[in-house]
Amino acid sequence: MDTDGTLLTALADDLDGSFETLVLAHQDRLFSIALRVLGDRHEAEEAAQDAFVRAYRALGSYEPGRILELRLRPWLATIVLNLCRSRLARRAARAAVARPALSLDATELGTLEPRADEAAEPAVAAARRDTRETWAALLLTLPPAYRTAVVLRHVDGLSYPEVATALDRPEGTVKAQVHRGLALLRTAFEAAQRREREEMTA
Amino acid sequence: MTLSDKDLETAMADLMTPAPPTLALGVLVEVGMVDRYARFDAPIGPLVVAWNGLGVSAVEAAPDDTTFEANHLARTGRRAVRADALPAALARAIERRLGGDRQVRIDLDLRGHTDFERDVWRKALEIPRGEVRPYGWIAAEIGRPKAVRAVGTALGHNPVPLIVPCHRVVRTDGSIGQYSLGGPENKRTILATEGLDPDAMEAAARSGLRYIGSDTTHVVCLPTCRHAKRVTPPHRVPFRSLAAAAGAGYRPCRVCRPASGAIAA
Repeated sequence: MDTDGTLLTALADDLDGSFETLVLAHQDRLFSIALRVLGDRHEAEEAAQDAFVRAYRALGSYEPGRILELRLRPWLATIVLNLCRSRLARRAARAAVARPALSLDATELGTLEPRADEAAEPAVAAARRDTRETWAALLLTLPPAYRTAVVLRHVDGLSYPEVATALDRPEGTVKAQVHRGLALLRTAFEAAQRREREEMTA
Repeated sequence: MTLSDKDLETAMADLMTPAPPTLALGVLVEVGMVDRYARFDAPIGPLVVAWNGLGVSAVEAAPDDTTFEANHLARTGRRAVRADALPAALARAIERRLGGDRQVRIDLDLRGHTDFERDVWRKALEIPRGEVRPYGWIAAEIGRPKAVRAVGTALGHNPVPLIVPCHRVVRTDGSIGQYSLGGPENKRTILATEGLDPDAMEAAARSGLRYIGSDTTHVVCLPTCRHAKRVTPPHRVPFRSLAAAAGAGYRPCRVCRPASGAIAA
């Protein structure tokens, strides 16, 4: 991308003088990626902030030549996704510790990494409020590999080669994951709508 | 109703969400490009403390926000953005440090200063609460015995007074000396809160007392050294010079190292 090319030149030349430009240019997308993967505004802000701090430290340690070769958009996406993954892993670990105390309640676990078919129900409630919230909730029900692929391709708008770079997976795999993710979303959305219609006519 | 791929893609693209306004500021503060600041109550009144992700960058008795922000920008080249309060952990750490706890870690952002200045400040950090050392002592201890004046200047430029206790450095003749944080009266107040009696210290110095020895251990100390303070009055032996102490068979204390001050003076 041309603007990123200009930005990379500036970063290689004077990191402190141009880093704020990088933050302002990429903050909405890093925040959105984290928000749609984690589903929590506060956590998403922390993850995005950590990602920029890591990017700054990395850029400070790179030779100018290495900075100029960066593919900024997928590179930043990789950083924020790694931070999101460790947050999800910590959440799962906390839930595993908390589980014995919660008697036999499986719903607590279900909200952490629910499978698409299990999570249709909570999404119905959200559907009444706002379609956008519905989509966000449905996205959170996707298995993580599909979710990240769909978020990068269609929320963030990366190209397939960029998504493949960001996720370090073959382009074919990434395409399949995006298509499978969208198919699951479609099914879940239509199920939610059907349920809503049934409730209204009942 | 069937959704087309286009509908799905549009729905996903619509999930792009603007970052909260606090995000960019948080990043720039964390990497040390922008500072935050807040008021902090000290024994000498309210102070301004500024910090960023690298550490505390300023402690100042600024009359108002505008003045502080302008001063800070001029000194550091960084913008300072007012915060409601210090981060709780930092406030606790500063309280403990002012209370004499030298173990508590407080990171400092001293970028833009010379190695000499940093050496002076690091050495001042070694002076315990309730004790003082002469300017010459610092100069000798950092291996620059002739740089007494430069030590005074460096202490005057200390961007983080109280945390780096430049108030514990006094003139070689025993008088209290200058203080950057609002003048010598503040220096007296702070030393008094740390358990010293500045008037008595100056009076003793005027009478020629520079060192105190113990006639039981035959060790000679700077007057505020914790070992000197432990000597009971019947065993206290005042000295005007280290030469006099050496002549009487006294060796210098290994903690306060009075010879450092003497070399420079």
